[in-house]
Amino acid sequence: MMREITIGQYYPAKSVIHSLDPRVKLFGTLMYIIALFIANSVSGFVFMTIVLSGIIIMSKVPFGYMVKGLKAIVVLLVVAGLFNLFLTPGIPVFTFWKFSISMAGIRGAALMVFRMIYLIIGTSIMSLTTTPNQLTDGLEKSMRPLSAIGVPVHEIAMMMSIALRFIPILTEETDKIMKAQMARGADFDSGGIIRKAKALVPLLVPLFVSAFRRANDLALAMEARCYNGGEGRTKMKPLSYETRDGIAYLIILIAFIGIIAVEIFRKKIGFI
Amino acid sequence: MSLIFDHVSYTYSIGSGYETKALSDVSLKIGEREFIGIIGHTGSGKSTLVQHMNGLLKATEGKIYYNGEDIYDKDYDLKDLRTQVGMVFQYPEHQLFETSVFEDVKFGPRNQGLDEQEVTLRAYEALTKVKFPEDRFDQSPFDLSGGQKRRAAIAGVLAMKPAILILDEPTAGLDPKGRDEILGMISDMHNTVGNTIVLVSHSMEDVAEYVDRIIVMDEGSVLYDGTPSEVFSHYKKLEEIGLAAPEVTYLMHELADRGIPVDVNATTIEEACESIAAYYGRTGI
Repeated sequence: MMREITIGQYYPAKSVIHSLDPRVKLFGTLMYIIALFIANSVSGFVFMTIVLSGIIIMSKVPFGYMVKGLKAIVVLLVVAGLFNLFLTPGIPVFTFWKFSISMAGIRGAALMVFRMIYLIIGTSIMSLTTTPNQLTDGLEKSMRPLSAIGVPVHEIAMMMSIALRFIPILTEETDKIMKAQMARGADFDSGGIIRKAKALVPLLVPLFVSAFRRANDLALAMEARCYNGGEGRTKMKPLSYETRDGIAYLIILIAFIGIIAVEIFRKKIGFI
Repeated sequence: MSLIFDHVSYTYSIGSGYETKALSDVSLKIGEREFIGIIGHTGSGKSTLVQHMNGLLKATEGKIYYNGEDIYDKDYDLKDLRTQVGMVFQYPEHQLFETSVFEDVKFGPRNQGLDEQEVTLRAYEALTKVKFPEDRFDQSPFDLSGGQKRRAAIAGVLAMKPAILILDEPTAGLDPKGRDEILGMISDMHNTVGNTIVLVSHSMEDVAEYVDRIIVMDEGSVLYDGTPSEVFSHYKKLEEIGLAAPEVTYLMHELADRGIPVDVNATTIEEACESIAAYYGRTGI
């Protein structure tokens, strides 16, 4: 039952996207997000759709997986869409009672909704194709220069990877505790808010006890192996660029220039 | 009381890329007053199997009947089933949460909707049955030793008076003395209360001495199902799947191979002793 939670979930597959260096994917995601805000027209979004479809096909992750993340923001999408639709001033094309919809409103709402959907799908491809470890490794290495101005880059990366590592452990633990309490007749689903909150006590107490115990064990295990921070620490799998990463950087830059070009060109000829 | 598995299969995480088949086509029947050991290597599906018995997991294929009723029926009360088929999980830490042992044991019967007097009575009975020291009833369950935690956890399920009691690896992490105490306690309880007990374990040695039926699981299906001596006669095949028959089985086979006509079906040390002593013309030990 807890297995359905998909935060930071990795989908194992053998694809070009999976095998890319995490730094490339981080850079790519960043450029993709900027590009989404540059795209401000139908033509721009057609271009982004082509790029995104290409990535989705290459990643070999089932499309249904990426859409899952959208469920969480459905309400936000609807609200943002409606506000844009009704509250954008302009020449009304459609009026009823006190509300009027302008051409600019339709355009604004459509762009807004598509932008958010693409944002979620694009970033979820990143987490679906990169293991949490790769991700933190990539972040640590990309942020390395910041340590010169006193940012504890290694510590942040270590905290992130521990936190990410604990998500599946604690989900599994929650699942087991829920089952153990359900076997004693506990009921987590029925009743009002107060009853439901009370029903959580038999779940939360063992969960907290176990989380603290695990944290303690981990700290001991790290100390026993003489962990003392990032200074001079080597990696078992150091990140290194390969030819395909270079090509990927090139493609990302070309696509980025592509979206700018599309937007400029469209404005010049006055296309939608 | 009867629990029937009819061609049950179960696959974990369907459609996530991590699909694993944990049970395939398991059929079996559990009856009144049985003492069953379910044995298998890590990942053989034994824990998955027992979690179907009280409806915590829903089979992806096949049916399960409790007292003739389909437990996957829409109107079937799974909460009631769970009080009939009691289940103690491997780690007592997963269920102990109250401020005192006594309060914790009350959790189960209280969920059954019994009145407070009955709840208290049942908690007291259960704790006595598992031989939990009375002067520790008010202690926090987090301050107990491993063996005592396990007793408290078993009592927590026993207090619901289940018709079947399932224990998943009740001896994991205990020293030999604690192990013998827990297993002896369970065996005594079976003899006095007469409920059906299902003991999940990966150790033949643990199980051989107490149970009267063994189900061997391998890669999600039932490999053997029979009395201990029947199952142990396949000791070579058991070794292949990473399990071993009790030492006694090996000794008796070795002796038989050397021409000493002893009973190779002996499963406990006592039986083996008698058989060997009988050959040398003596009775008793």
